[in-house]
Amino acid sequence: MTHSVIELPVHADDRRIARLAALAIGLTLAEAALPSPVPGIKPGLANIVVLLVLLQYGWRAAAWVSGLRVLASGLLLGSLFAPGFWLSAAGAVTSLGVLALARHLPSHYFGPISLSVLAAFGHIGGQLALAGAWLLPGIALIKLMPVFAAAALVFGAVNGVIVARFLVSSGLEKTIQQKT
Amino acid sequence: MLLRAGDAGVLFAGTGLVITLALYAWSGDRGDTAIIRSAGQIVETASLTHVQRFAINGPLGTTQVEIEPGRARVARDPSPRQLCVKQGWLTQSGQAALCLPNQVSVEIRGRTTAYDTLGY
Repeated sequence: MTHSVIELPVHADDRRIARLAALAIGLTLAEAALPSPVPGIKPGLANIVVLLVLLQYGWRAAAWVSGLRVLASGLLLGSLFAPGFWLSAAGAVTSLGVLALARHLPSHYFGPISLSVLAAFGHIGGQLALAGAWLLPGIALIKLMPVFAAAALVFGAVNGVIVARFLVSSGLEKTIQQKT
Repeated sequence: MLLRAGDAGVLFAGTGLVITLALYAWSGDRGDTAIIRSAGQIVETASLTHVQRFAINGPLGTTQVEIEPGRARVARDPSPRQLCVKQGWLTQSGQAALCLPNQVSVEIRGRTTAYDTLGY
């Protein structure tokens, strides 16, 4: 009988991503308890974590945290592979795509608020595109678009301010500026 | 240095986008029904919710009407000047496309009608 042991080495990076993803998942769960007038309009607090990870550890880490958040919150909320899960995934993918481009903007002019607002628009854009193509083809979504966009603008700006303040208060801003 | 110059620009552009979307989605009375007439008689009443195609026969031949979510148009018509085809997509309540030689018309209706009746 062969006796083989498969060992997956766990690096410090993996642990860090797991820790940050857990934080993002916690925020998503807390947010799911909040009542919302229109389904789909949420503050997106987990994006604060994703944005901080992006600024501190780069895009790959942010993509991991975002992906793990979508998957794990789908498991925990019982919506795994349900329409809500796919909408969430579409939003996360689009917003990561937007961030991949937006993080190359000159940081002297474009701070976390820009990134957060753009990511929020990406999020809602991806969700609406999938919903329009798959779930609700028709005119109903067009009428709701301004509401979603306004929510993205407000919550994106608020989350961006939170990220910016966190960076200043934790002293991370200087280390990030040195890196870039 | 919480709000940088570009951030203000992004917020400004975002506000502009929201306003543009609101104007686009909420302005006017976007119709929800298409009424297709042949020789003055209503032959089809279609709601503008999903893709549909209608072929209406008239004296000259077949007029094809295309319905998409939120809009309708005459896609094909045997008339010589193609005026109703060139009108393109109709979205607002009260808009109409007339294919006169073939006696087919498409009219958009919404919650409110701009006119009680239209004579041609």
